[in-house]
Amino acid sequence: MQDFAYHNPGSVADAVAALKGADDGKFLAGGQSFIPVLRLGLAEPSDVINLKGLSDLQGIRDGGDHIAIGALVTHAEVETSDLVKGALPGLATMAGHIGDPQVRNRGTLGGSVAHADPAADYPAALIALKATVVTDRREIASSDFFRGLFETTLEEDEIITQVKFPKAEKAGYGKFASTASKYALVGVFVAKHGSEVRVAVTGASARYFRVAAMEQALAAHWSADALDGIVVPPDDLQSDMEADAAYRAHLVGVMAKRAVSAAG
Amino acid sequence: MSRVSLEVNGASVDVEVQPNTLLVQLLREKLDLTGTHVGCDTSQCGACVVHVNGQSVKSCSVLAVELEGAKVTTIEGLAQGGELHPMQQAFHEEHGLQCGYCTPGVVMSTVDLLKRNESPTEGEVREWLEGNICRCTGYHNIVKAVLSCADKMKAGDASAAE
Repeated sequence: MQDFAYHNPGSVADAVAALKGADDGKFLAGGQSFIPVLRLGLAEPSDVINLKGLSDLQGIRDGGDHIAIGALVTHAEVETSDLVKGALPGLATMAGHIGDPQVRNRGTLGGSVAHADPAADYPAALIALKATVVTDRREIASSDFFRGLFETTLEEDEIITQVKFPKAEKAGYGKFASTASKYALVGVFVAKHGSEVRVAVTGASARYFRVAAMEQALAAHWSADALDGIVVPPDDLQSDMEADAAYRAHLVGVMAKRAVSAAG
Repeated sequence: MSRVSLEVNGASVDVEVQPNTLLVQLLREKLDLTGTHVGCDTSQCGACVVHVNGQSVKSCSVLAVELEGAKVTTIEGLAQGGELHPMQQAFHEEHGLQCGYCTPGVVMSTVDLLKRNESPTEGEVREWLEGNICRCTGYHNIVKAVLSCADKMKAGDASAAE
C-alpha cells in the first residue's frame, strides 16, 4: 500500500479543509471497502482523512416521521438498534445481512452510501424507503444521489452527516448473497408508503433500478402472490462467474417475493 | 511517521508507525504477536480477527493509526493466568481444527458471538462464522466446540451463582 499523509480532524470544517488542502485526499469512515481498495492499489490517495472523530456524525434519532441515522453509525448498530427494529424492522434486518459480523462491527452507513458499490445493500434500502442523504451543505433525495458504478452526486470535499429514513408502513429485504464476499448477487428492498410502493434492486446491474410493474402490482394488492408472472428482462443485467444475467433476472422475482413476505 | 498509543493485551504500547501500517502488521511485525494470521489479503478469510474495544474486527482492514487510545486483544491475550479461555479449551476438547491456520481468528470471532448471544443455536453459530473461512474441517467440529463452550460457560455461571 502506498503511503499517505494521515489526518484526524475533530470537526467537519477541519475535515473539509484537510481535503481541500490535499493533492488527492480521500475520506475514511469504517474502511471496510476503502482499506481493501488501498491494499489492492486501486486508489493511491496523497492524504487520508479519518472522519471517526466527528461526534456529530454518530447516533440514531427518532425524527417523528423518520429515523435519522448518523453517517458513522455501524451496520451492527443499525442491526441491533431498538429504535430501528421498532420503526423499520426491514432496515435492521438488511443491516444484519451486510458482509459478515466483523465487517458490520466496523463498516458504516455513510461509508457504504458514499462508496456506492453496485452490489452494496444500502442503495436499495435508500431508494425504496425514499431516504434523504444529508451532507455538510445540503439534503439530497436518494433518487438523485446514486449516479452509477461507484458514482454519486457528492462533491469531492462533501461529507455525508446522516441519512433520514421515512417510517414506511411496511419494509422488507430479500437478498441472494455471493458466498465468498456476501455482496448481493441480487438484493430487493420493498417498501409501502401509504398507497405508493417502491421496489428497488441492487447487485443486478451497474446501478440500482426500480421495477415499475412490481410497484404497481403491490400497490394494487400487497402480497407476494401479486408478483406472480412479472418478469424482469435480463438485457441490461450483470453476468459474471457467480451468476449470468438470466439467472439474476430470475432472482429479482424470487427475492422480491421474499422481501414482501418478510415485510409482512 | 505517526505516533499511536494503545493497549494491547493489557499492556500499554506507544509506537511510531507509517500511516499505511495495518493493525495486523503492527501486531505481527512490530509487537511479535504472530498468533494473528494473514490468510487472504482480501478481507474475506477472517484469520486476522482480533478484538478492538471488545468487538471482533478484521485487523487487515484497520489502520494502526486509527487506534489511538483503543484496547486491542489478540489470541495471545485470551488465556488468563496460564488457563486457557473456555473457547480455546473447547476447541482443544472437540478438536475444532485441523491445520490450525484459521483457528486464532475463529476463536476471537466466536468469543465475540458468545458475548452477544450466550446460547446461540447451531444455525446462529454457522451464520456468525460467515466471516471466517476454514478449508480443512468443514466447520463441523468448530460448531461443536462453540456450542460446547456456550454450554460450559452457562453451567459455570450457574454454579458460580450458587
